Amino acid sequence: MTAATLRHAAWILRGNPLTGIAAAGVFALVLIAIFGPSIVPYDPVSSDVPQALQPPSWAHLAGTDQLGRDSFSRLIVATRLDLTIAVSAVGVSFVLGAVIGSLCGYIGGRLDRAVGRFVDVLMAFPLFVLAMAMVAALGNRIENIVIATAIINLPFYIRFSRAEVNIRRNLGWVEAARACGDSHLSVVLRFLLPNILPAMAVQMSLNLGWAILNAAGLSFIGLGVTPPTPEWGIMVAEGARFISTGKWWLVAFPGLSLMLAVLCFNLLGDGMRDILDPRMRT
Amino acid sequence: MTGPLLRIEDLHVSFSTRRGMVEAVRGVTLSVDEGEVLGLVGESGSGKSVTGFATTRLLDAAGRITAGRIVFRGQDITRIPSGDFRHLKGAAMSMIFQNPRAALNPIRAIGQQLADAILTHRRISKDEARAASLDLLRAVQIRNPEQRMTAFPHELSGGMCQRVMIAIAISCNPALLIADEPTTGLDVTTQKVVMDLLAAIAAERGMATILITHDLGLAARYCRRVVVMEKGRLVEEAEPVELFHAPKHPYSKRLVAASPTVSSRVEDLVPEEERGPFLAARLVPKSAPAPGTPLLLDIKSLTKRYDDGPAAIADFSMTMAAGESVGLVGESGSGKTTTSRMICRLIDPTEGEILFDGYSIGHVPARDFHRSPFRKDIQIVFQDPNESLNPRFNGFNCIAHPLLRLGKMKPGAALTKRVRECAERVGLPPDLLERFPHQLSGGQKARVGIARAIACRPRLLVLDEPTAALDVSVQAVVLQLLDRLRREDNLAFLFVSHDLNVVRMMCDRTIVLRNGGIVEEGESRAMFENPKTDYTRELVEAVPHIRRAPALAVT
Repeated sequence: MTAATLRHAAWILRGNPLTGIAAAGVFALVLIAIFGPSIVPYDPVSSDVPQALQPPSWAHLAGTDQLGRDSFSRLIVATRLDLTIAVSAVGVSFVLGAVIGSLCGYIGGRLDRAVGRFVDVLMAFPLFVLAMAMVAALGNRIENIVIATAIINLPFYIRFSRAEVNIRRNLGWVEAARACGDSHLSVVLRFLLPNILPAMAVQMSLNLGWAILNAAGLSFIGLGVTPPTPEWGIMVAEGARFISTGKWWLVAFPGLSLMLAVLCFNLLGDGMRDILDPRMRT
Repeated sequence: MTGPLLRIEDLHVSFSTRRGMVEAVRGVTLSVDEGEVLGLVGESGSGKSVTGFATTRLLDAAGRITAGRIVFRGQDITRIPSGDFRHLKGAAMSMIFQNPRAALNPIRAIGQQLADAILTHRRISKDEARAASLDLLRAVQIRNPEQRMTAFPHELSGGMCQRVMIAIAISCNPALLIADEPTTGLDVTTQKVVMDLLAAIAAERGMATILITHDLGLAARYCRRVVVMEKGRLVEEAEPVELFHAPKHPYSKRLVAASPTVSSRVEDLVPEEERGPFLAARLVPKSAPAPGTPLLLDIKSLTKRYDDGPAAIADFSMTMAAGESVGLVGESGSGKTTTSRMICRLIDPTEGEILFDGYSIGHVPARDFHRSPFRKDIQIVFQDPNESLNPRFNGFNCIAHPLLRLGKMKPGAALTKRVRECAERVGLPPDLLERFPHQLSGGQKARVGIARAIACRPRLLVLDEPTAALDVSVQAVVLQLLDRLRREDNLAFLFVSHDLNVVRMMCDRTIVLRNGGIVEEGESRAMFENPKTDYTRELVEAVPHIRRAPALAVT
């Protein structure tokens, strides 16, 4: 990253402090995901029944659950799992979607039509139900949550990169690259893809928040992650049983974590578009 | 009425941008009499359009008139409330824009759009408005106006759209019409028809016109008085004949010199003292190729058909010797771009043969041509410098790209040296190599594009309207540069252009294309002086020349 890029980023952040806050939030989430499990005060899975269902206190910042496990420790440890699922799912759909979409946009013709119809079919399903069905069919494992989330995101990446490449394929610099000795494939992968990255990055950031929600949603209904693994969706699901007896903290804290994580990624997505667009730099 | 129709006094317009306030117009004073045609000439960034927009209050939100007055019929229109102004606009002054297709609403029939304009300013019934619209379409000489009333903009050609725009602009009989580059982007023959029409309508209705243009020839042909603007200031005001024969201000002198005319030579475009060290180099006289030299390029009945439509180009044959410069001239749809791309081996011909240096290269599919040993011998310079550079490559990477790919060089000191040499040859200062395309001016981008094309020392350079998007003074320098490179490297040029004056200067021979076929070919100067076909004659006559008295001086 050059000095000019940093200066540009600083300029954007000054004009749009929310992006800065969101970036700090995402950074904090990543730190928690990396170091969280080694700094938590309690073991997130060992139960301590005499301490069950304690409201938040200095000893247990987010209270304890029905088995006496420290909710705060569980929240922190869950960050790694939730982020890993979201990042790998989005990563897979981005790589596949960008390559397939770019090729469709560049080549057009029969390939484009075939992929286009496939995407239409995929999008005609209610996506969450499709993900549920896939996890149920493939087996209740974390990898399958990643695969299901990646597949239901794929159509957006394919459509997006197809459109972005399509408007650029006839520009002079694309033809120039061919005159300079690049093959069609090299033009797509080395010229067109880097140029649509800024737009894709925005999409990815917005998508990450959505993928976290999706993973949590699947766990909430009992698919994918199984207890006692700490995960935000499961925590909400387990806590929901106690909400009628006034044990609000079991649901409130994991729900809040989800909301903050999704909000940070969404706000960052908007800000990133401005930072990554080289035309905005002067 | 006494006094001029419009008087602009010491106008200042500023735009607020990221780097603070930028003054676009810095003290312009001019006046237009009733029925007069005034030319407002300048290059991009001169503030000519902003002056027009300020007069019609169409400045965008960031722009503000910071000082000065615009007096229209004795009333300062910078001070009147916008409600009153809206009444004035359209009825008393009106504007037409560069891109007529973008200015028309694509989902409304042109008859409705005309009626809308009329009904905004006049209280008449819908039927009367319809009748008035029909009359207007007749006035702008649209054939079958009854049928055209229900046509949508996309069903009309660019020239027709501009006529509809003119019809809308004159619908309420304005006293003043501001035409901002009304024919830029139109073919030269269409330009002539539209401008003749505009001039005739202005004369007939006694309508004053401000013609904003970058084309000195156009201003000379249609205006009685021309004002030259540079960097927001008015530098000279004169009658066209006087301005073009004896310009007083240094900028006008440069502008007049840079505008190619029937008789100009490449050497004359930039005054000697301003050529700079790299252009001042002595021109190597060109020697005729020795007899018996094999042809560099031999094309035999080349045809290209897209899908099952009519041929974009049919039965195209030509030859070129090494170091020769051939012009390919034609209007939009003539097939010149398709032909240049086929010769460049970026697209495949449907039929025909391309021999390069005696080897047949036409049968190598375009998708595999990047591996051909001839790839580096045939290079291309693209039309719009803004679009021809990868936005994520800086200048250095752009020029290094062909060297890495075709020259098989590796990153390192040798590559850096070679890129710097190429930059130096095209007169690009080395410190600009670190910049990205959006940080370079149009002329600098054009130089990067040329440096990239010559980096691997090609033998044939295809130039696709290389200067069409540039200002005349930049065009002049770029043309000189190209001419020098050609002589130095014994490069062959295939110069694709719609600008006859440029082709005449740059090319030994010229081929005129129309609707996918060759109309005429021959030695450039002789052909343009004595066209054998009607079409070529029409083309030559449509080019506005500045050495002529104005055709339509209205008094």
